[in-house]
Amino acid sequence: MKRNCLTIFLLLLGGFLYAQEVTVKGTVQDAESGEPLIGVNVLMLGGDGAGGAKGTITDFNGEFELQNVPVGTVLQFSYTGFESLTRTVESDAPMIIEMGTNAEVLEEVVVIGYGTQKKRDVTGAVAIVDSKTIDELKPIKIEQALQGTTPGVNVTQQSGSPGAGLDIRIRGVSTNGQNAPLVIIDGYQGDLNTLNPNDIESITVLKDAQAAVYGTIGANGVILVTTKTGRKNKPPQLSYNTYFGLQETSRTLPLLNATEYALLLNEAYAAGGQPLPYPNASGLGAGTNWQDEVFDQAPMMSHDITVSGGSDRVTYSLSGSHLEQEGIVGGNKSSFRRSTARLSLGIDLTDNLKLTTNAIYSYVDRDALNENGLGAVLFNALNTPPTQAVFDDAGDFTLVPNTPGLGIEVINPLAQIANTFNDYDLNKLNGQTTLDWTVLEGLKLTGRLGFNTSNSEGRTFNKLISYGGKVFDITRSSVNQNAINDNNYSIDLFATYERSFGSAHNLTLTGGSTIFREIGNGLFATGFDVPNNSWNFADIALALGTSPDGGRDVGSYAYDERRLSYFGRAQYDFDGKYLLSAMLRRDASTKFGPENRVGIFPSFTAGWVLSDEDFFNPVGKVDLAKLRVSYGILGNDQIVNNGYIGTLSGEATYVFDGALVNGTAIGALPNPELQWEEAEKFNAGIDLALFDYKINITADYFINTRDNLLISNIPVSGITGTSAPGAASPTVNAGSVRNQGLEFSIGYQQRYDNELKVNINYNFTTLSNEVLEVNNGTGFIEGGAFGVGQLAPSRMEVGQPIGYFFGYQTDGIFQNAAEVEAHPSQIALGAEAQPGDLRFVDINGDGVIDADDRTNLGDPIPDFTMGLNLGFEYKRLDFRAYIFSSIGNDMVRNYERALSDVNRLDYYLDRWTGEGTSTEVPRVTTAATSNLVFSDFYVEDASFVRLQNVQLGYTLPLSFLRNDLSTLRLYVSANNLLTLTQYRGFDPAASSGAPIGGGIDYGFYPIPRIFMFGANLNL
Amino acid sequence: MKSFLQKIGIVLLVLTLSTACEKEFIDRAPVYSIDSENYFNSEDDYNNALIAAYDILQSTYVNVLLGEIASDNTLCGGESATDVVGFQQIDDMIHTPVNSNLRDVWNWMFAGVSRASYILEFQDKTDFPGKAQILAEAHFLRAYYHFELVKWFGPIPLKGDERFAIGDETRIPRSPVSDVYAAIEEDLQFAVENLADVAPQTGRATKGAAQALLGKAYLYQDKFAEAATVLQEVINSGLYELEPDYSVIFEPQGQNGVGSVFEVQYSDAEGAGFGCLQCSEGNVAVGFNGIRNYVGPEFDSGFSFNVPVQEAYDAYEPGDSRRDNAILNINAWAEETGATFGTGYEHTGFFNRKYLPRKGDSNIGDQNLTNPNNYRAIRYADVLLMAAEALNRGNIDDELAREYLNRVRRRAFGDMDHEISASGGALTDFILAERRLELVGEGHRFFDLVRTGRAAEAIEGFQEGKHELFPVPFEEIQFSNGNWEQNPGY
Repeated sequence: MKRNCLTIFLLLLGGFLYAQEVTVKGTVQDAESGEPLIGVNVLMLGGDGAGGAKGTITDFNGEFELQNVPVGTVLQFSYTGFESLTRTVESDAPMIIEMGTNAEVLEEVVVIGYGTQKKRDVTGAVAIVDSKTIDELKPIKIEQALQGTTPGVNVTQQSGSPGAGLDIRIRGVSTNGQNAPLVIIDGYQGDLNTLNPNDIESITVLKDAQAAVYGTIGANGVILVTTKTGRKNKPPQLSYNTYFGLQETSRTLPLLNATEYALLLNEAYAAGGQPLPYPNASGLGAGTNWQDEVFDQAPMMSHDITVSGGSDRVTYSLSGSHLEQEGIVGGNKSSFRRSTARLSLGIDLTDNLKLTTNAIYSYVDRDALNENGLGAVLFNALNTPPTQAVFDDAGDFTLVPNTPGLGIEVINPLAQIANTFNDYDLNKLNGQTTLDWTVLEGLKLTGRLGFNTSNSEGRTFNKLISYGGKVFDITRSSVNQNAINDNNYSIDLFATYERSFGSAHNLTLTGGSTIFREIGNGLFATGFDVPNNSWNFADIALALGTSPDGGRDVGSYAYDERRLSYFGRAQYDFDGKYLLSAMLRRDASTKFGPENRVGIFPSFTAGWVLSDEDFFNPVGKVDLAKLRVSYGILGNDQIVNNGYIGTLSGEATYVFDGALVNGTAIGALPNPELQWEEAEKFNAGIDLALFDYKINITADYFINTRDNLLISNIPVSGITGTSAPGAASPTVNAGSVRNQGLEFSIGYQQRYDNELKVNINYNFTTLSNEVLEVNNGTGFIEGGAFGVGQLAPSRMEVGQPIGYFFGYQTDGIFQNAAEVEAHPSQIALGAEAQPGDLRFVDINGDGVIDADDRTNLGDPIPDFTMGLNLGFEYKRLDFRAYIFSSIGNDMVRNYERALSDVNRLDYYLDRWTGEGTSTEVPRVTTAATSNLVFSDFYVEDASFVRLQNVQLGYTLPLSFLRNDLSTLRLYVSANNLLTLTQYRGFDPAASSGAPIGGGIDYGFYPIPRIFMFGANLNL
Repeated sequence: MKSFLQKIGIVLLVLTLSTACEKEFIDRAPVYSIDSENYFNSEDDYNNALIAAYDILQSTYVNVLLGEIASDNTLCGGESATDVVGFQQIDDMIHTPVNSNLRDVWNWMFAGVSRASYILEFQDKTDFPGKAQILAEAHFLRAYYHFELVKWFGPIPLKGDERFAIGDETRIPRSPVSDVYAAIEEDLQFAVENLADVAPQTGRATKGAAQALLGKAYLYQDKFAEAATVLQEVINSGLYELEPDYSVIFEPQGQNGVGSVFEVQYSDAEGAGFGCLQCSEGNVAVGFNGIRNYVGPEFDSGFSFNVPVQEAYDAYEPGDSRRDNAILNINAWAEETGATFGTGYEHTGFFNRKYLPRKGDSNIGDQNLTNPNNYRAIRYADVLLMAAEALNRGNIDDELAREYLNRVRRRAFGDMDHEISASGGALTDFILAERRLELVGEGHRFFDLVRTGRAAEAIEGFQEGKHELFPVPFEEIQFSNGNWEQNPGY
């Protein structure tokens, strides 16, 4: 009241000076939506010149009233997130103020690491995903929100099972080591894994040399996450989001039914000169469809509630969420639960001292089935014969026969699910506290403490079980338990100095230091003889059995890694037209030996806002044209700890006097010369805005060269003893990889008549990857696995893309004996060819087909990825669709067990059965053939287009509840509704993420198709 | 202005404070780890490193298995024609340098060399009573691994009492076979001089083991006189005798028995997986030998590899107690006991009974990979037959040779009615034939045939001048960057 009195007094005072006064009334609206804006600051400027403006804020209807305003007074309207504007008071006629033209984009502030920058001034290659996009995409894990929305960023899912990991690759795979980008959450090093997507305000991706301010950890790109905060002078706002979803598999594979299977088997046995296994195949019918037995619809649900607001000195935001997802395979045996709680506070302690702090608590519970390998549930579902029933007459699971034709790995997948017991629980607390002290005008000192502390518990119960003589039989029950603690903290201390000189010289200097330390440990133990052979008793406290004398049932590890960094950055612009920045970072890290501990990483960026030039007068309406260029050196230190010294971490166990004895042996060979990986990044780009910012275009061309690649466990000659138990090859700086490509995005947004809004974004990325150097003596590194006992199928080799597939090239099928005779011998591949076998190309032309004839069969790196995002709003109805496509990525079909009696995909119905019957699919036989060696017969084009999300919503006004902003939106949505691909396997988009050995499909757990019904309530 | 300077001063002070502590912060010692280059500071350190060198002996299971498969004693078998392609190709003598199983032999035996050399590299660092015994064991083990390598690959690189470092493969040439044997002899002579007659613990090398291995190394070089001398020292030591009952030798109660000169020790106490077969404490070969899909008494099932051929079974004379203890006639056995079994690839109806999985072990981990059957690496019967061969082929003493041979035969037949009375070349034939009968299934046959020049006539597909040696792994030739040449014919 006192303040109001003062205002009135001052206004009165003004009245003496300026005779004509009026009462100004008006409404402030969002120019785009027409909705009233609440809490807009309305200030009277100038006039008395006494400093300190007087004003008010708009009420819940967006209305304001100011009494005794002299005519001619300038009113300033400001509102967070909108462009401020001014109006001159001319009369007492009600004013309608529309705020926030499209130009707001230019005022948008972008987080760039140790500071922010106006988007208009950004000179690096950045991509931004805002909370709106996250809201729309409804990612279960936040990484999914980056797929298709940000050019240059590729996200692959390791599996469709609930809670499975995702891999983010920014501008391709640059190293055979750690390719994951650095994640910075509100200024401290964190990880995306456990975050609740709804807690995120925006994600900024630094793709080029601008990330050099992060030095040795920025080479893989940097993802900056800003979490939600409250806004000043806002009444409490509550939002509640929920959805319920039903999941089903996005694909089942066309397998043979029982009759087809039996007939095919008969043919194979006959060809191998063996008696027919199914002399009478009639009456077998379709048999068991193991995929139908294994796949099921599974529910999922999510709740999320946020309350936020603020006074003029304090902002707050509180949220809680809970997500539950069951698996489409195995139901609650493969499930994911995540609960989070979060508090964010901002306090202006004094006018020049600001405190912001937040903390996030997460709880994750995940149960998983064996997947992605020999022995995976889906691998078994694909290979178990359809002639086999699920249950026997007694109601027990049938046993897959232990016969040579079925091997000892294929087991009844339902029995496997029923007998799988494991649990993983993670508790994590992370957060930060930042103190900003404005020392002087333009000089700000920032201190920040960020931390992550997490502990997890894992438990696996190995039930005493017999699958009938298979390798998964367990003859003594046991329970494995582990407890892992991972902690880290970072302390940032830096100063920012901003100053303008003359009329147009603007300078920002930033300098400071970061301390980072990770400390953690893990403890593992096993107890044998679980009471009652039951999960309910599976704890070491009850499982009292131990290994025989000398056996070790326990293990542990510990680490303490540190990094100390100093950095400086200068940003200069002339009149916002010519923009320059330079960065320097110095890092010292314990990852490397004393001689190579310190690295220095420089970079610079430059920009030119062409559209501000007087001579710039292009045809058509160009609102902004900016050219950007950046160049810099960054580092990557993500390798094994202590690789520069040799440690006695090998395995040394032998038997003396009939009992195990444990000794010490050398582990991985050391490399004292270990150095950083060095990433040299060049980027040139252009930003364009056209037609009143309705069309926005960004294009970037980049060349990233990674030198001194840290190659872990680099294959070396066996004479060094690296194949001993527990030993490993050293980590060596031994390679170089180049990625180059083009990124392009175009966005179009338009509103018609306040009723229809259209929003279309399209982006694409091209990528070409080439290995420039592999200095390990052989010029290549192998990885991955195909079949059993075969040569490694993937390679990193000079002149080729990293992780390309290396095997035999086929040239159709031998149609008759004459063709076999005319072709070089294939005996070196395991058997002499017969008509109906694959014909392999004699690549080196030496007259024999052998290991030297292997060649490039493709690679798992997409040549081209693109995203198309569509949004339409008509009155209260909204519709969105997100489409992602990946072109040119190959995948290896490796989910077929190479045994005679396993089930097969139906393409075998088109096999070779006689001259002229097939030129693609070889004959079936139980005899030795070379058809099973790794060849392009097993490599498929896994290009795909996927409708990632499509949704339809309707917004109900709830103005009677509180105010006009109270709404309830109801929607239906479908994730992964449609995938178009020629790939035969479950999921063309899945990958293990391994740089060498990625894109090999063991029967990936397919990503689920999810139908959701949800509601967003805002009060 | 004063306050401005003060504030700037504070800023600079705060910013520079952190600089002072860089060295302290970054110079941290790795937590809970031991530096391999600052080891060997106590007797315990030497003992622990020695255990590591012994550990690699367990990986020789593949040498035994493959040595047998390569010979005319057995077929590869397994699940199908493509089950362990590397084994199948060796059985058919169509193997090439690309063979992951041969690569295992190379890598694992060199791992053994490396672990033994690690001890010898630091042999002078710390002194304590009893060190000579430990060093002698390290010498013995290195000789054991070198001997395997020279048998399989011929010339190999040597580096003395030092571990190979990365890059040595491009610098150090493959030493001629004679140099490798010279190194083996030197190691074993040191071992003979310093090892005890009776090992401090069961499983560790003895003087007799070193002598027997040295005799074998001489025999492989046709140094008959030296072989005869050192092998007779073993025989005359009185420390060993033939186990009277052949059927006991390969049963659990026969482990480390009176007729055992050196045994590779295995245990069922720790689980293992296919990801690291060399890490298993069990005898992996035993599970591979096992009867496919077997249900019945006495034995556990396995992967049906390494199946003896009819001809090997028929090689025994009537009354030879060894036949049914060495080779299991599965049809007869099934009839007798009611057992059931499956037939794998190349099913012959016979299994390698000496090294079949037996019931009664703990079966933890992957039970096929953790069978506790010790490998009877050097048996006294082998020593007798080697001595006989040396005496005979060296034209030293046919009478003594016959005596040694007949000792082995007397045990086999349980009578004196099967004595051999031949001399000269005929006696050589009898001795070599006896070696096959006595030692079938134990991995010696292929190398016996090769060193006596009889492989081509016995083994189908064996090419003289090529198959005496196995190819150096393709990968190793690539690593050597031209420094090493592939063995002839590959």
